[in-house]
Amino acid sequence: MVGLTVDSLSVRFTLPDARVAAVSDVSFSLAPGECLALVGESGCGKSVLASALLGFLPGNAEVAGSAMLGPLDLLAASDQVLSQQVRGRQIGLVPQSPAAHLTPVRTARAQLDEALRHLHPAETRPSADEVAKRAGLQPADLDLYPHQLSGGMAQRVATALALAGDPWMIIADEPTTGLDRALVDALVAELRLLVADGRAVLLITHDLAAARRVADRIAVMYAGRLVEVGPAHEVLDSPRHPYARGLVDSLPDRAFTPIRGLPPVLTDLPPGCAFGPRCDRVTAECSDSPQLTVLNGHAVACHNPC
Amino acid sequence: MLTASGITAGYHPRRPVITDVDLTVESGATVGLAGPSGSGKSTLARVLSLLHKPFAGSVSIDGTVVGGFRYRAPRQYRTKIGVLFQQPRLSVDPRMTLRQVIAEPSRANGKPDRVDELSGLVALTPDLLARRAHEVSDGQLQRACLARALALRPAYLVCDEMTTMLDASTTAALVAVIRDYQSETGAGVLAISHDTVLLERWADRVEQMRTERMPTG
Ligand SMILES: Nc1ncnc2c1ncn2[C@@H]1O[C@H](COP(=O)(O)OP(=O)(O)OP(=O)(O)O)[C@@H](O)[C@H]1O
Ligand code: SF4
Ligand SMILES: [Mg+2]
Repeated sequence: MVGLTVDSLSVRFTLPDARVAAVSDVSFSLAPGECLALVGESGCGKSVLASALLGFLPGNAEVAGSAMLGPLDLLAASDQVLSQQVRGRQIGLVPQSPAAHLTPVRTARAQLDEALRHLHPAETRPSADEVAKRAGLQPADLDLYPHQLSGGMAQRVATALALAGDPWMIIADEPTTGLDRALVDALVAELRLLVADGRAVLLITHDLAAARRVADRIAVMYAGRLVEVGPAHEVLDSPRHPYARGLVDSLPDRAFTPIRGLPPVLTDLPPGCAFGPRCDRVTAECSDSPQLTVLNGHAVACHNPC
Repeated sequence: MLTASGITAGYHPRRPVITDVDLTVESGATVGLAGPSGSGKSTLARVLSLLHKPFAGSVSIDGTVVGGFRYRAPRQYRTKIGVLFQQPRLSVDPRMTLRQVIAEPSRANGKPDRVDELSGLVALTPDLLARRAHEVSDGQLQRACLARALALRPAYLVCDEMTTMLDASTTAALVAVIRDYQSETGAGVLAISHDTVLLERWADRVEQMRTERMPTG
Protein backbone atom coordinates (compact mmCIF):
# COMPACT_ATOMS: atom_id res chain seq x y z
CA MET A 1 0.00 0.00 0.00
CA VAL A 2 1.08 3.56 -0.65
CA GLY A 3 1.81 6.27 1.87
CA LEU A 4 1.92 10.05 1.74
CA THR A 5 5.26 11.86 1.83
CA VAL A 6 5.17 15.63 1.96
CA ASP A 7 8.45 17.40 1.34
CA SER A 8 9.14 21.13 1.78
CA LEU A 9 5.57 22.14 1.02
CA SER A 10 5.01 25.90 0.89
CA VAL A 11 1.94 27.90 -0.09
CA ARG A 12 1.91 31.62 -0.83
CA PHE A 13 -1.17 33.72 -1.61
CA THR A 14 -0.85 36.86 -3.65
CA LEU A 15 -3.16 39.69 -2.62
CA PRO A 16 -3.36 43.11 -4.30
CA ASP A 17 -0.83 44.60 -1.90
CA ALA A 18 0.73 41.69 -0.02
CA ARG A 19 1.91 38.10 -0.07
CA VAL A 20 0.63 35.69 2.55
CA ALA A 21 3.08 33.01 3.72
CA ALA A 22 0.34 30.52 4.66
CA VAL A 23 2.43 27.31 4.70
CA SER A 24 6.23 27.27 4.84
CA ASP A 25 8.57 24.36 4.28
CA VAL A 26 6.37 21.65 5.76
CA SER A 27 7.62 18.05 5.60
CA PHE A 28 6.04 14.94 7.09
CA SER A 29 4.96 11.48 6.11
CA LEU A 30 1.88 9.48 6.86
CA ALA A 31 1.62 5.70 6.51
CA PRO A 32 -1.45 3.47 6.32
CA GLY A 33 -2.57 2.47 9.81
CA GLU A 34 -1.39 5.73 11.31
CA CYS A 35 -3.09 8.87 12.60
CA LEU A 36 -1.29 12.19 12.66
CA ALA A 37 -3.00 15.14 14.36
CA LEU A 38 -2.21 18.65 13.19
CA VAL A 39 -2.84 21.35 15.79
CA GLY A 40 -2.09 25.06 16.04
CA GLU A 41 -3.45 28.57 16.38
CA SER A 42 -6.35 29.58 14.18
CA GLY A 43 -5.02 30.94 10.91
CA CYS A 44 -1.68 29.12 11.13
CA GLY A 45 -2.19 27.26 7.83
CA LYS A 46 -3.72 23.89 8.70
CA SER A 47 -6.67 24.04 6.30
CA VAL A 48 -4.55 25.56 3.54
CA LEU A 49 -2.20 22.58 3.90
CA ALA A 50 -5.15 20.20 3.51
CA SER A 51 -6.46 22.12 0.49
CA ALA A 52 -3.02 22.02 -1.12
CA LEU A 53 -2.93 18.22 -0.90
CA LEU A 54 -6.28 17.94 -2.68
CA GLY A 55 -5.75 20.68 -5.24
CA PHE A 56 -8.46 22.88 -3.74
CA LEU A 57 -6.44 26.09 -3.52
CA PRO A 58 -7.80 29.26 -5.14
CA GLY A 59 -6.18 30.86 -8.19
CA ASN A 60 -4.08 33.35 -6.23
CA ALA A 61 -2.11 30.52 -4.56
CA GLU A 62 1.39 29.44 -5.47
CA VAL A 63 2.62 26.05 -4.28
CA ALA A 64 6.16 24.70 -3.94
CA GLY A 65 7.57 21.35 -2.79
CA SER A 66 6.12 17.90 -3.35
CA ALA A 67 3.49 15.59 -1.87
CA MET A 68 4.01 12.07 -3.13
CA LEU A 69 1.11 9.65 -2.96
CA GLY A 70 2.95 6.57 -4.20
CA PRO A 71 4.30 7.63 -7.60
CA LEU A 72 1.89 10.57 -7.96
CA ASP A 73 2.91 14.10 -6.93
CA LEU A 74 -0.34 15.66 -5.72
CA LEU A 75 1.05 19.17 -6.09
CA ALA A 76 1.89 18.67 -9.76
CA ALA A 77 -1.15 16.57 -10.74
CA SER A 78 -3.86 18.05 -12.98
CA ASP A 79 -7.32 18.76 -11.66
CA GLN A 80 -8.60 15.91 -13.84
CA VAL A 81 -6.19 13.38 -12.33
CA LEU A 82 -7.03 14.58 -8.84
CA SER A 83 -10.76 14.31 -9.37
CA GLN A 84 -10.66 10.94 -11.17
CA GLN A 85 -8.04 9.17 -9.05
CA VAL A 86 -7.50 10.96 -5.78
CA ARG A 87 -10.40 12.93 -4.31
CA GLY A 88 -12.88 10.68 -2.58
CA ARG A 89 -11.20 7.50 -3.89
CA GLN A 90 -7.76 7.65 -2.29
CA ILE A 91 -8.20 10.64 0.02
CA GLY A 92 -11.55 11.52 1.60
CA LEU A 93 -11.92 15.03 2.99
CA VAL A 94 -14.19 16.03 5.84
CA PRO A 95 -14.12 19.80 5.30
CA GLN A 96 -14.17 22.41 8.04
CA SER A 97 -17.62 24.10 8.32
CA PRO A 98 -19.38 21.28 6.44
CA ALA A 99 -22.75 23.06 6.41
CA ALA A 100 -21.21 25.64 4.09
CA HIS A 101 -20.31 22.85 1.62
CA LEU A 102 -23.67 21.06 1.40
CA THR A 103 -26.06 21.97 -1.42
CA PRO A 104 -28.97 23.73 0.32
CA VAL A 105 -31.78 22.54 -1.98
CA ARG A 106 -31.07 18.80 -1.83
CA THR A 107 -31.46 16.33 1.01
CA ALA A 108 -28.44 14.73 2.64
CA ARG A 109 -29.55 11.44 1.05
CA ALA A 110 -29.58 12.89 -2.48
CA GLN A 111 -26.06 14.20 -1.98
CA LEU A 112 -24.73 10.95 -0.51
CA ASP A 113 -26.44 8.88 -3.25
CA GLU A 114 -24.84 11.01 -5.91
CA ALA A 115 -21.39 10.58 -4.35
CA LEU A 116 -21.87 6.80 -4.14
CA ARG A 117 -23.01 6.61 -7.80
CA HIS A 118 -19.97 8.60 -8.84
CA LEU A 119 -17.54 6.48 -6.81
CA HIS A 120 -18.80 2.88 -7.17
CA PRO A 121 -20.07 0.65 -9.99
CA ALA A 122 -23.69 -0.44 -9.40
CA GLU A 123 -22.81 -4.06 -8.47
CA THR A 124 -20.60 -3.19 -5.53
CA ARG A 125 -22.21 0.07 -4.49
CA PRO A 126 -22.95 0.28 -0.74
CA SER A 127 -26.27 1.80 0.27
CA ALA A 128 -26.49 5.32 1.62
CA ASP A 129 -27.94 3.97 4.87
CA GLU A 130 -24.91 1.72 5.45
CA VAL A 131 -22.42 4.51 4.89
CA ALA A 132 -24.46 6.91 7.02
CA LYS A 133 -24.55 4.44 9.87
CA ARG A 134 -20.75 4.31 9.98
CA ALA A 135 -20.75 8.06 10.43
CA GLY A 136 -23.26 7.80 13.29
CA LEU A 137 -26.42 8.84 11.40
CA GLN A 138 -29.88 7.27 11.43
CA PRO A 139 -31.48 6.55 8.03
CA ALA A 140 -34.20 9.14 8.77
CA ASP A 141 -31.54 11.83 9.29
CA LEU A 142 -30.59 11.50 5.63
CA ASP A 143 -33.98 12.74 4.50
CA LEU A 144 -33.38 16.19 5.95
CA TYR A 145 -32.30 19.27 4.03
CA PRO A 146 -29.08 21.00 5.09
CA HIS A 147 -30.88 23.83 6.92
CA GLN A 148 -32.70 21.22 9.04
CA LEU A 149 -29.47 19.60 10.22
CA SER A 150 -27.95 20.62 13.54
CA GLY A 151 -24.25 21.48 13.44
CA GLY A 152 -23.39 18.02 14.74
CA MET A 153 -25.56 16.29 12.14
CA ALA A 154 -24.06 18.31 9.28
CA GLN A 155 -20.68 17.23 10.58
CA ARG A 156 -21.67 13.56 10.39
CA VAL A 157 -23.15 13.96 6.90
CA ALA A 158 -19.79 15.35 5.81
CA THR A 159 -18.04 12.38 7.40
CA ALA A 160 -20.36 9.99 5.54
CA LEU A 161 -19.59 11.79 2.25
CA ALA A 162 -15.84 11.46 2.93
CA LEU A 163 -16.20 7.73 3.61
CA ALA A 164 -18.38 7.12 0.53
CA GLY A 165 -15.53 6.15 -1.80
CA ASP A 166 -13.81 3.95 0.79
CA PRO A 167 -10.55 5.96 0.59
CA TRP A 168 -7.38 4.68 2.30
CA MET A 169 -6.65 8.10 3.69
CA ILE A 170 -8.97 10.55 5.45
CA ILE A 171 -8.26 14.20 6.03
CA ALA A 172 -10.66 15.41 8.71
CA ASP A 173 -10.61 19.19 9.26
CA GLU A 174 -12.09 19.97 12.70
CA PRO A 175 -14.51 17.01 12.60
CA THR A 176 -15.50 17.40 16.27
CA THR A 177 -16.91 20.91 15.78
CA GLY A 178 -20.45 21.06 17.09
CA LEU A 179 -20.44 17.53 18.46
CA ASP A 180 -21.31 16.84 22.09
CA ARG A 181 -19.23 14.56 24.28
CA ALA A 182 -21.05 11.37 23.29
CA LEU A 183 -20.73 12.13 19.58
CA VAL A 184 -17.05 13.05 19.95
CA ASP A 185 -16.52 9.69 21.66
CA ALA A 186 -18.29 7.93 18.79
CA LEU A 187 -16.24 9.82 16.20
CA VAL A 188 -13.00 9.06 18.03
CA ALA A 189 -13.95 5.38 18.06
CA GLU A 190 -14.79 5.47 14.33
CA LEU A 191 -11.48 7.16 13.48
CA ARG A 192 -9.59 4.59 15.58
CA LEU A 193 -11.42 1.82 13.69
CA LEU A 194 -10.43 3.33 10.36
CA VAL A 195 -6.81 3.44 11.52
CA ALA A 196 -6.91 -0.12 12.87
CA ASP A 197 -8.35 -1.08 9.50
CA GLY A 198 -5.13 0.11 7.85
CA ARG A 199 -6.23 3.59 6.81
CA ALA A 200 -4.25 6.76 7.35
CA VAL A 201 -5.91 9.69 9.10
CA LEU A 202 -4.74 13.29 9.08
CA LEU A 203 -6.77 14.89 11.86
CA ILE A 204 -6.78 18.68 11.96
CA THR A 205 -8.20 19.74 15.29
CA HIS A 206 -8.38 22.24 18.09
CA ASP A 207 -9.67 19.51 20.37
CA LEU A 208 -6.46 18.43 22.09
CA ALA A 209 -8.28 15.85 24.21
CA ALA A 210 -9.63 14.15 21.07
CA ALA A 211 -6.19 14.37 19.44
CA ARG A 212 -4.66 12.60 22.43
CA ARG A 213 -7.12 9.73 22.10
CA VAL A 214 -6.91 9.23 18.33
CA ALA A 215 -3.48 10.31 17.18
CA ASP A 216 -0.26 8.34 17.22
CA ARG A 217 1.72 11.50 16.55
CA ILE A 218 0.95 15.19 16.90
CA ALA A 219 2.35 17.93 14.70
CA VAL A 220 2.18 21.47 16.08
CA MET A 221 2.07 24.28 13.53
CA TYR A 222 2.91 27.92 14.12
CA ALA A 223 2.84 30.62 11.42
CA GLY A 224 2.77 28.04 8.63
CA ARG A 225 5.67 25.91 9.92
CA LEU A 226 5.78 22.67 11.84
CA VAL A 227 7.49 23.55 15.12
CA GLU A 228 7.12 20.25 16.96
CA VAL A 229 6.30 16.69 15.86
CA GLY A 230 6.31 13.74 18.22
CA PRO A 231 4.37 10.96 19.93
CA ALA A 232 0.95 12.33 20.98
CA HIS A 233 1.31 11.91 24.73
CA GLU A 234 4.84 13.36 24.73
CA VAL A 235 3.81 16.49 22.83
CA LEU A 236 0.77 17.11 25.04
CA ASP A 237 2.27 16.13 28.40
CA SER A 238 5.73 17.59 28.02
CA PRO A 239 5.76 19.94 25.03
CA ARG A 240 9.24 21.14 24.12
CA HIS A 241 8.47 24.09 21.85
CA PRO A 242 7.51 27.25 23.79
CA TYR A 243 4.47 27.76 21.53
CA ALA A 244 3.27 24.18 22.09
CA ARG A 245 3.71 24.64 25.83
CA GLY A 246 1.72 27.90 25.75
CA LEU A 247 -1.05 26.22 23.75
CA VAL A 248 -1.37 23.33 26.20
CA ASP A 249 -1.30 25.71 29.18
CA SER A 250 -4.18 27.76 27.79
CA LEU A 251 -6.63 24.85 28.08
CA PRO A 252 -9.60 25.51 30.39
CA ASP A 253 -8.53 22.70 32.71
CA ARG A 254 -5.05 24.23 32.97
CA ALA A 255 -4.20 27.91 33.40
CA PHE A 256 -6.78 29.16 30.81
CA THR A 257 -4.48 32.09 30.06
CA PRO A 258 -3.87 32.93 26.41
CA ILE A 259 -0.40 33.10 24.92
CA ARG A 260 0.64 36.74 25.24
CA GLY A 261 0.89 39.00 22.21
CA LEU A 262 -0.81 38.99 18.83
CA PRO A 263 -1.02 36.18 16.27
CA PRO A 264 1.75 36.41 13.67
CA VAL A 265 1.12 38.56 10.61
CA LEU A 266 1.66 36.15 7.73
CA THR A 267 2.20 38.96 5.25
CA ASP A 268 5.07 40.36 7.30
CA LEU A 269 6.82 37.66 9.34
CA PRO A 270 9.83 38.67 11.42
CA PRO A 271 13.22 37.29 10.33
CA GLY A 272 14.23 34.22 12.34
CA CYS A 273 11.80 32.41 14.62
CA ALA A 274 8.24 33.62 14.00
CA PHE A 275 7.35 32.97 17.64
CA GLY A 276 10.14 35.29 18.85
CA PRO A 277 7.92 38.35 19.58
CA ARG A 278 5.74 36.25 21.93
CA CYS A 279 8.36 33.94 23.40
CA ASP A 280 9.67 34.12 26.97
CA ARG A 281 12.79 32.08 26.12
CA VAL A 282 13.96 34.23 23.22
CA THR A 283 17.73 34.78 22.89
CA ALA A 284 20.02 36.38 20.30
CA GLU A 285 20.22 33.13 18.28
CA CYS A 286 16.49 33.26 17.62
CA SER A 287 17.04 35.79 14.83
CA ASP A 288 18.19 32.75 12.85
CA SER A 289 15.33 30.51 11.74
CA PRO A 290 15.42 27.36 13.91
CA GLN A 291 15.35 24.09 11.95
CA LEU A 292 13.16 21.14 12.86
CA THR A 293 15.62 18.73 14.54
CA VAL A 294 14.79 15.17 15.54
CA LEU A 295 15.88 13.67 18.85
CA ASN A 296 14.57 10.20 19.80
CA GLY A 297 11.63 10.39 17.40
CA HIS A 298 10.54 13.81 18.68
CA ALA A 299 11.28 16.82 16.45
CA VAL A 300 11.45 20.43 17.66
CA ALA A 301 12.30 23.67 15.85
CA CYS A 302 13.63 25.87 18.65
CA HIS A 303 17.00 27.19 19.79
CA ASN A 304 16.06 26.93 23.47
CA PRO A 305 13.48 24.15 23.85
CA CYS A 306 11.71 23.64 27.16
CA MET B 1 -32.34 40.72 32.59
CA LEU B 2 -32.89 38.76 29.40
CA THR B 3 -35.62 36.20 29.97
CA ALA B 4 -37.20 33.43 27.95
CA SER B 5 -40.50 32.19 29.41
CA GLY B 6 -42.36 29.08 28.36
CA ILE B 7 -40.68 28.91 24.97
CA THR B 8 -41.85 26.24 22.57
CA ALA B 9 -40.08 26.52 19.26
CA GLY B 10 -38.81 24.62 16.26
CA TYR B 11 -39.20 24.38 12.54
CA HIS B 12 -42.39 22.33 12.40
CA PRO B 13 -45.31 23.10 14.74
CA ARG B 14 -46.09 19.44 15.30
CA ARG B 15 -42.47 18.58 16.16
CA PRO B 16 -41.12 21.43 18.28
CA VAL B 17 -37.43 21.17 19.11
CA ILE B 18 -37.88 22.75 22.53
CA THR B 19 -41.01 22.71 24.68
CA ASP B 20 -41.87 25.11 27.48
CA VAL B 21 -38.32 26.21 28.24
CA ASP B 22 -37.46 29.01 30.70
CA LEU B 23 -34.08 30.68 30.91
CA THR B 24 -32.82 33.90 32.46
CA VAL B 25 -29.57 35.75 31.86
CA GLU B 26 -28.98 38.43 34.49
CA SER B 27 -27.02 41.59 33.72
CA GLY B 28 -23.36 41.13 34.50
CA ALA B 29 -23.71 37.34 34.77
CA THR B 30 -22.38 34.60 32.54
CA VAL B 31 -24.84 31.75 32.20
CA GLY B 32 -23.61 28.52 30.63
CA LEU B 33 -26.01 26.34 28.66
CA ALA B 34 -25.05 22.72 28.07
CA GLY B 35 -26.90 19.81 26.54
CA PRO B 36 -26.54 17.14 23.89
CA SER B 37 -26.43 17.79 20.15
CA GLY B 38 -29.89 18.37 18.78
CA SER B 39 -31.39 19.29 22.17
CA GLY B 40 -32.32 22.71 20.84
CA LYS B 41 -29.67 24.96 22.35
CA SER B 42 -29.15 26.83 19.09
CA THR B 43 -32.91 27.16 18.58
CA LEU B 44 -33.24 28.73 22.03
CA ALA B 45 -30.28 31.00 21.25
CA ARG B 46 -32.01 32.19 18.08
CA VAL B 47 -35.26 32.85 19.94
CA LEU B 48 -33.45 34.78 22.68
CA SER B 49 -31.67 36.84 20.02
CA LEU B 50 -35.07 37.63 18.44
CA LEU B 51 -34.04 35.88 15.21
CA HIS B 52 -36.56 33.05 15.40
CA LYS B 53 -40.25 33.31 16.26
CA PRO B 54 -41.31 30.71 18.84
CA PHE B 55 -44.64 28.84 18.55
CA ALA B 56 -45.38 29.80 22.15
CA GLY B 57 -43.80 31.76 24.98
CA SER B 58 -42.17 35.16 25.21
CA VAL B 59 -38.85 36.90 25.49
CA SER B 60 -38.46 39.92 27.72
CA ILE B 61 -35.64 42.38 28.03
CA ASP B 62 -35.19 44.22 31.32
CA GLY B 63 -38.80 43.51 32.22
CA THR B 64 -40.51 44.42 28.92
CA VAL B 65 -41.94 41.69 26.72
CA VAL B 66 -40.57 42.03 23.19
CA GLY B 67 -43.39 42.42 20.69
CA GLY B 68 -41.98 40.79 17.57
CA PHE B 69 -39.29 38.57 16.15
CA ARG B 70 -37.00 38.69 13.14
CA TYR B 71 -37.74 41.74 10.97
CA ARG B 72 -40.65 42.56 13.28
CA ALA B 73 -38.37 42.89 16.32
CA PRO B 74 -38.19 46.55 17.33
CA ARG B 75 -34.74 47.93 16.59
CA GLN B 76 -34.14 49.23 20.13
CA TYR B 77 -34.42 45.65 21.40
CA ARG B 78 -32.59 43.96 18.54
CA THR B 79 -29.53 46.12 19.04
CA LYS B 80 -29.43 45.27 22.76
CA ILE B 81 -28.48 41.69 21.97
CA GLY B 82 -25.24 40.70 20.28
CA VAL B 83 -25.06 37.23 18.74
CA LEU B 84 -22.23 34.90 17.80
CA PHE B 85 -22.96 31.75 15.88
CA GLN B 86 -21.23 28.42 15.72
CA GLN B 87 -20.52 28.72 11.99
CA PRO B 88 -19.10 32.11 11.10
CA ARG B 89 -19.05 31.18 7.38
CA LEU B 90 -22.83 31.06 7.34
CA SER B 91 -23.31 34.38 9.06
CA VAL B 92 -21.06 36.61 6.97
CA ASP B 93 -21.80 38.11 3.57
CA PRO B 94 -19.00 36.67 1.39
CA ARG B 95 -18.76 39.89 -0.65
CA MET B 96 -17.76 41.98 2.36
CA THR B 97 -14.26 42.59 3.63
CA LEU B 98 -13.73 41.96 7.35
CA ARG B 99 -13.61 45.73 7.81
CA GLN B 100 -17.09 46.00 6.29
CA VAL B 101 -18.35 43.05 8.34
CA ILE B 102 -17.27 44.73 11.58
CA ALA B 103 -18.56 48.16 10.48
CA GLU B 104 -21.92 46.92 9.24
CA PRO B 105 -24.04 47.13 12.44
CA SER B 106 -22.77 50.63 13.19
CA ARG B 107 -23.35 51.76 9.63
CA ALA B 108 -26.89 50.34 9.61
CA ASN B 109 -27.61 52.28 12.78
CA GLY B 110 -25.92 55.52 11.72
CA LYS B 111 -23.09 55.29 14.27
CA PRO B 112 -19.31 55.73 13.91
CA ASP B 113 -17.85 52.30 13.15
CA ARG B 114 -14.89 51.91 15.63
CA VAL B 115 -13.40 49.19 13.42
CA ASP B 116 -9.82 49.75 14.52
CA GLU B 117 -10.69 49.68 18.21
CA LEU B 118 -12.90 46.60 17.85
CA SER B 119 -10.47 44.63 15.72
CA GLY B 120 -7.67 45.37 18.16
CA LEU B 121 -9.87 44.10 20.97
CA VAL B 122 -10.32 40.70 19.30
CA ALA B 123 -6.68 40.46 18.17
CA LEU B 124 -7.39 40.71 14.45
CA THR B 125 -4.23 42.07 12.89
CA PRO B 126 -4.72 44.98 10.41
CA ASP B 127 -3.54 42.92 7.40
CA LEU B 128 -6.69 40.82 7.66
CA LEU B 129 -9.21 43.68 7.54
CA ALA B 130 -9.01 44.18 3.78
CA ARG B 131 -9.72 40.49 3.08
CA ARG B 132 -13.01 38.78 2.38
CA ALA B 133 -14.34 35.78 4.29
CA HIS B 134 -12.84 33.17 1.95
CA GLU B 135 -9.41 34.74 2.36
CA VAL B 136 -9.20 34.21 6.12
CA SER B 137 -9.34 31.14 8.33
CA ASP B 138 -12.49 30.11 10.20
CA GLY B 139 -10.98 31.24 13.49
CA GLN B 140 -10.03 34.64 12.07
CA LEU B 141 -13.56 35.02 10.76
CA GLN B 142 -15.00 34.16 14.16
CA ARG B 143 -12.90 36.92 15.74
CA ALA B 144 -14.37 39.36 13.22
CA CYS B 145 -17.84 38.13 14.18
CA LEU B 146 -17.10 38.82 17.86
CA ALA B 147 -16.01 42.35 16.95
CA ARG B 148 -19.24 42.76 14.96
CA ALA B 149 -21.32 41.44 17.88
CA LEU B 150 -19.77 43.99 20.25
CA ALA B 151 -20.07 46.90 17.81
CA LEU B 152 -23.30 48.34 19.18
CA ARG B 153 -22.30 47.72 22.82
CA PRO B 154 -25.04 45.18 23.44
CA ALA B 155 -26.40 44.71 26.95
CA TYR B 156 -26.54 40.96 26.32
CA LEU B 157 -24.33 38.67 24.32
CA VAL B 158 -25.48 35.25 23.11
CA CYS B 159 -22.54 33.01 22.17
CA ASP B 160 -23.62 29.79 20.45
CA GLU B 161 -20.61 27.44 20.38
CA MET B 162 -18.46 30.46 19.77
CA THR B 163 -15.21 28.64 20.48
CA THR B 164 -15.51 25.34 18.60
CA MET B 165 -13.64 26.98 15.71
CA LEU B 166 -10.86 28.22 17.92
CA ASP B 167 -7.66 26.87 19.38
CA ALA B 168 -7.23 26.79 23.17
CA SER B 169 -5.19 29.99 23.32
CA THR B 170 -7.55 32.00 21.12
CA THR B 171 -10.49 30.64 23.14
CA ALA B 172 -8.90 31.83 26.37
CA ALA B 173 -8.13 35.20 24.73
CA LEU B 174 -11.69 35.77 23.46
CA VAL B 175 -13.25 34.71 26.75
CA ALA B 176 -10.98 37.28 28.39
CA VAL B 177 -12.19 39.91 25.87
CA ILE B 178 -15.79 39.11 26.75
CA ARG B 179 -15.08 39.23 30.49
CA ASP B 180 -13.41 42.63 30.14
CA TYR B 181 -16.35 43.89 28.12
CA GLN B 182 -18.69 42.61 30.82
CA SER B 183 -16.84 44.23 33.68
CA GLU B 184 -16.83 47.49 31.75
CA THR B 185 -20.48 47.46 30.66
CA GLY B 186 -22.27 45.05 33.02
CA ALA B 187 -23.48 42.99 30.06
CA GLY B 188 -25.07 39.56 30.58
CA VAL B 189 -23.68 36.64 28.60
CA LEU B 190 -25.22 33.35 27.54
CA ALA B 191 -22.45 30.88 26.72
CA ILE B 192 -23.62 27.77 24.88
CA SER B 193 -21.15 24.93 24.53
CA HIS B 194 -20.72 21.19 24.47
CA ASP B 195 -17.49 21.65 26.32
CA THR B 196 -18.43 21.26 29.98
CA VAL B 197 -14.85 21.85 31.11
CA LEU B 198 -14.91 25.20 29.35
CA LEU B 199 -18.34 26.18 30.75
CA GLU B 200 -17.32 25.32 34.29
CA ARG B 201 -14.32 27.58 33.90
CA TRP B 202 -16.14 30.38 32.10
CA ALA B 203 -19.70 30.63 33.44
CA ASP B 204 -21.05 31.69 36.82
CA ARG B 205 -23.62 28.93 36.61
CA VAL B 206 -24.39 26.22 34.07
CA GLU B 207 -27.92 25.29 33.03
CA GLN B 208 -28.65 21.96 31.43
CA MET B 209 -30.97 21.81 28.41
CA ARG B 210 -33.76 19.34 29.08
CA THR B 211 -34.37 16.83 26.32
CA GLU B 212 -38.01 15.99 25.86
CA ARG B 213 -37.63 13.89 22.76
CA MET B 214 -34.98 11.38 21.93
CA PRO B 215 -31.99 13.31 20.68
CA THR B 216 -31.44 12.49 17.03
CA GLY B 217 -28.19 14.40 17.19
N1 LIG C 1 -7.47 32.79 -0.49
C1 LIG C 1 -6.65 33.33 0.42
N2 LIG C 1 -5.97 34.47 0.14
C2 LIG C 1 -5.15 35.00 1.06
N3 LIG C 1 -4.91 34.50 2.28
C3 LIG C 1 -5.55 33.37 2.63
C4 LIG C 1 -6.46 32.73 1.71
N4 LIG C 1 -6.96 31.63 2.34
C5 LIG C 1 -6.39 31.58 3.57
N5 LIG C 1 -5.53 32.62 3.75
C6 LIG C 1 -4.70 32.88 4.93
O1 LIG C 1 -3.84 31.77 5.12
C7 LIG C 1 -3.63 31.54 6.52
C8 LIG C 1 -3.91 30.08 6.84
O2 LIG C 1 -5.32 29.84 6.78
P1 LIG C 1 -5.96 28.44 7.20
O3 LIG C 1 -7.38 28.48 6.80
O4 LIG C 1 -5.11 27.34 6.69
O5 LIG C 1 -5.85 28.49 8.79
P2 LIG C 1 -6.19 27.32 9.82
O6 LIG C 1 -4.93 26.96 10.48
O7 LIG C 1 -6.96 26.25 9.17
O8 LIG C 1 -7.08 28.13 10.86
P3 LIG C 1 -8.42 27.69 11.69
O9 LIG C 1 -7.89 26.93 12.84
O10 LIG C 1 -8.96 29.02 12.11
O11 LIG C 1 -9.30 26.93 10.78
C9 LIG C 1 -4.54 32.49 7.26
O12 LIG C 1 -3.77 33.51 7.82
C10 LIG C 1 -5.50 33.02 6.22
O13 LIG C 1 -5.85 34.33 6.50
S1 SF4 D 1 13.64 29.64 18.68
FE1 SF4 D 1 13.83 31.21 20.25
S2 SF4 D 1 12.06 32.56 19.94
FE2 SF4 D 1 11.67 30.68 18.80
S3 SF4 D 1 10.50 29.43 20.20
FE3 SF4 D 1 12.64 28.86 20.49
S4 SF4 D 1 13.37 30.17 22.13
FE4 SF4 D 1 11.46 31.04 21.45
MG1 LIG E 1 -8.93 25.64 9.30
